[in-house]
Amino acid sequence: MSEQRVIVVGGGLAGLAASVRIAEAGLPVDLFSMVPVKRSHSVCAQGGINACNEVARQQGYSEYEHFDETIYGGDFLADQGPVLEMANWAPKIIDLLDRMGVPFNRTHEGFRDLRLFGGSLFKRTHFAGATTGQQLLYALDEQTRRYTAEGKVTQYTFWEFLYPIVENERCVGIVAQDMRTMQIRAFRGAAVVMATGGNGLIFGKSTNSVICTGGAASRCYQAGAKYGNPEMIQVHPTAIPGADKCRLMSESARGEGGRVWVPKNVGDTRRPTDIPENERYYILEERYPKYKNLVPRDIATREIFDVCVNEGMGIDGSNQVYLDLTHRDPDYLTEKLGGILDIYEKFVGENPRFTPMRIFPAVHYSMGGLWTTYTPGDYNPDSPLPAHKSGNPIPIDSNPGHGLTIGAPNNMMTSITGLYAFGEVNFAYHGATRLGANALLSCIFDGLCNGQSVVNYVRNEAPTVDTINQSVYDNAVKSEQDKHDAILATSREPSEASPEYNPYQIGIEMGDIMNAQSTVVKTGAGLTKCLDKLAELRERYKKVRLADGAMWTNQSLSYTRSVGDMLILAEAIAKAGLLREESRGSHYRTDFPDRDDDKFWKTSVATYNTSTQLSDIEFVEVKKGLVQSRPRTYGKTDDAKDTAKTPEPATAS
Amino acid sequence: MTTATAHQPTSDKPKAVPGRSVIFKIKRCDGPGKPFRWESFKVPTEPGSNVISCLKWIAANPTTTDGKQTTPVVWDSGCLEEVCGACTMVINGRVRQSCSCLIDDYAPREGDTVTLEPMSKFPVIRDLWVDRERMFNALERVKGWVPIDGTYNLGAGPQESPEHQQMRYALSECMTCGCCLEACPQFLKEEDPKNWDTAFIGAQAISQARYFNEHETGARLKGDRMDVLTGPGGVSDCGNAQNCVKVCPKHIPLTESIGAVGRSATVHAIKKFFLGH
Ligand SMILES: Cc1cc2nc3c(=O)[nH]c(=O)nc-3n(C[C@H](O)[C@H](O)[C@H](O)COP(=O)(O)OP(=O)(O)OC[C@H]3O[C@@H](n4cnc5c(N)ncnc54)[C@H](O)[C@@H]3O)c2cc1C
Ligand code: SF4
Ligand code: SF4
Ligand code: FES
Repeated sequence: MSEQRVIVVGGGLAGLAASVRIAEAGLPVDLFSMVPVKRSHSVCAQGGINACNEVARQQGYSEYEHFDETIYGGDFLADQGPVLEMANWAPKIIDLLDRMGVPFNRTHEGFRDLRLFGGSLFKRTHFAGATTGQQLLYALDEQTRRYTAEGKVTQYTFWEFLYPIVENERCVGIVAQDMRTMQIRAFRGAAVVMATGGNGLIFGKSTNSVICTGGAASRCYQAGAKYGNPEMIQVHPTAIPGADKCRLMSESARGEGGRVWVPKNVGDTRRPTDIPENERYYILEERYPKYKNLVPRDIATREIFDVCVNEGMGIDGSNQVYLDLTHRDPDYLTEKLGGILDIYEKFVGENPRFTPMRIFPAVHYSMGGLWTTYTPGDYNPDSPLPAHKSGNPIPIDSNPGHGLTIGAPNNMMTSITGLYAFGEVNFAYHGATRLGANALLSCIFDGLCNGQSVVNYVRNEAPTVDTINQSVYDNAVKSEQDKHDAILATSREPSEASPEYNPYQIGIEMGDIMNAQSTVVKTGAGLTKCLDKLAELRERYKKVRLADGAMWTNQSLSYTRSVGDMLILAEAIAKAGLLREESRGSHYRTDFPDRDDDKFWKTSVATYNTSTQLSDIEFVEVKKGLVQSRPRTYGKTDDAKDTAKTPEPATAS
Repeated sequence: MTTATAHQPTSDKPKAVPGRSVIFKIKRCDGPGKPFRWESFKVPTEPGSNVISCLKWIAANPTTTDGKQTTPVVWDSGCLEEVCGACTMVINGRVRQSCSCLIDDYAPREGDTVTLEPMSKFPVIRDLWVDRERMFNALERVKGWVPIDGTYNLGAGPQESPEHQQMRYALSECMTCGCCLEACPQFLKEEDPKNWDTAFIGAQAISQARYFNEHETGARLKGDRMDVLTGPGGVSDCGNAQNCVKVCPKHIPLTESIGAVGRSATVHAIKKFFLGH
């Protein structure tokens, strides 16, 4: 009997790792992507990928500590089993990437070099210059090309996923559209893996690529897949504000010694290099003497925001602070950070090796995503253990199967049977904040580890899709064709040139309100205002006018369709933020500034209500069990606020 | 390597006028086989404007300078930080990425013109969007991968000196943008995939072949790669014009790669001659 086919939607790290793993196991893969997979958003990742390694291990680090850091970093919102499994796999994933030829930076002796990253006191981040994501993506792209050449993977490039096809409560295929010919058709698949990445475009300008709309996730959500922790959006502390997007200045800049500061004298107009040490306020070093500039992202973001917005200490009164690398040797910087320093130079026109960079926070990553399930592994302590201390014996070794039951068909399956979510579109690993350099890991881990689950599902549980009645597929196509034609028809209606119904204008207003009310600092009143505005935009969207009626390569149509999908996801993000009356990780409510474990040590799970066309949010207990919850302080000095007002002279280090 | 003088601002650059509008003259085409036409748009700029932010403005306000309502311009883009290669086009006659093309540099004065054209060496899909499938096909032809034994847990890869890693890293940054091919006098537009096996393959794939040959495990396929690169359309078709290396946005040492592959080609040919296969 010929094997059933698997559909993978998305060719970033998660989708490619899944395709390689599934094809290797012998199942044919149909891989869909809106861009040539080599251009997927993963290419943007700069800093690196985390894993325990021999050097760190001999200094007292372990996979277990990596796990503990990730849980603590995520403010205990993630279920713990999958995170343990991911940390345990990490060193083996690095080895595999190494074998694939990734040009990881090397030590003199020829071993893989390591750098510091936020949330850890050990060097555990592997990197290839400052373009690690590009190098990892290329390595997986190359392996996928090999399988494509062998006929095991079929690539559908420039095809947009439109909707999952669900029959008898199982996902049995997808509807997709060729972005050039505009043909809409159905594809049969015994299982479907969504690996469509993040949703930064909902917030207007972000650090994401232009395809990161979250549209694909929203379509699964509308089809009945639940969505977990939508309100958990990471704002990266250090981005370069720009006219079309905010370009990231990677955390590795701080890992390599970058210091964040503002002039102590508000309104100091001197050039930064002319301001002496003792007239600079090193924000993070003074407020967090232990982790200094390497506190996790949400903390760095809020402190920068606080200094600019609340204390009015931003450079020249603007919302910008300095990120300073000028104390390091320029050649060293070129070797370690060349890629990102070039980006700054190219887009700002100043050389960061000699002039401190001007940066401000920007939306970066979605911890929330399609809600998924799993089968726990064999490690289940009687009661959760206290925080792990470096160097202490570890309670469990790093063999596979302790955190997850490897190959269990439901691992990272959404609430729709046979529909999986891998990579950034999955909500499972990063809780309320993601640690830097853990995303690439979670993407590849999903593909490699949970790809096996897909294989087992297809071989043991999936229906035989070839025998499903063709009408199921025809109806699904018709429904998408109707939606498509309805949008297209608006281009022929008498053009009221009113910007009110222009899809791009609606997109801009959505971005503005979401950015203002649903990112760094949230309040009940602000989120309510945000929900009202979204309701207005949904009404306007009903009368949206398309400016392009072409039946060939109609990008406006694709964008307009995704604006509708983004509005739906935006509502879930804002509503879950409103209902979570606490502060946890990236979710910070000034009206509820503390973490409230009694009420909210819970996942917010959104379900799309087809009659109200709004989200229903429930809060579901987080599975505890491996480590105990503890306050997430990163050793902040209690009198940081006072220090901020009368700063001590910074010690040059 | 950067030198201490590299940060000195170039003083001959005219200072950009804030709040100005510039003219975008765009070569458009509705699809394969359709005629080209030019349309102009007057676009207001803001500090930091680049070609992409201006194309986005046009998408939201698709009216030409003659007051004619038209369709939004179609173009390809992804990362917006010059790392994915998608947004390549010909700007004021020179091929480059549009996302890193700052308007302050290209059109500093009120009413200055920026001309946008699709790349000429690839078939146009619509407007500024071209089909670069041939470049990915070339990577497949040169077996652009490391033939590992599978994704099982088999330990680390080969150790490597930092110098060798830096050399490979420089090659690995190729983002398949096509600038080198657009600028190459030997690389010609070829719409029919049947001819891709014999037309000049170009600097991008030659350099990538070298990249994989330089990896200990990757080198196992060197013979296969050299078979392709010593065949029709291979490295000997290069006329050594060196245009490629001048336009490569990632500063990939393309002429060095062509030289290295050329030398391997000679060795490969001799070996083949004596081994008789
Ligand atoms: C600037 C930047 C720097 C980063 N640096 C780091 C870092 O140093 N370390 C780290 O760990 N993480 C980093 N991250 C995060 C990390 O890069 C991402 O989380 C990760 O790459 C996401 O990978 P993915 O495979 O889930 O999705 P993506 O790489 O986003 O791929 C999504 C894929 O889905 C496809 N797709 C989307 N919608 C559709 C549709 N409707 N139909 C068909 N196909 C579709 C796309 O074509 C694409 O192939 C960074 C992120 C950014 C923005
Ligand atoms: S050196 Fe060769 S590949 Fe480069 S532009 Fe000249 S002919 Fe083309
Ligand atoms: S070699 Fe340079 S110019 Fe050619 S495709 Fe690669 S990055 Fe582009
Ligand atoms: S959009 Fe990626 S290179 Fe310009």
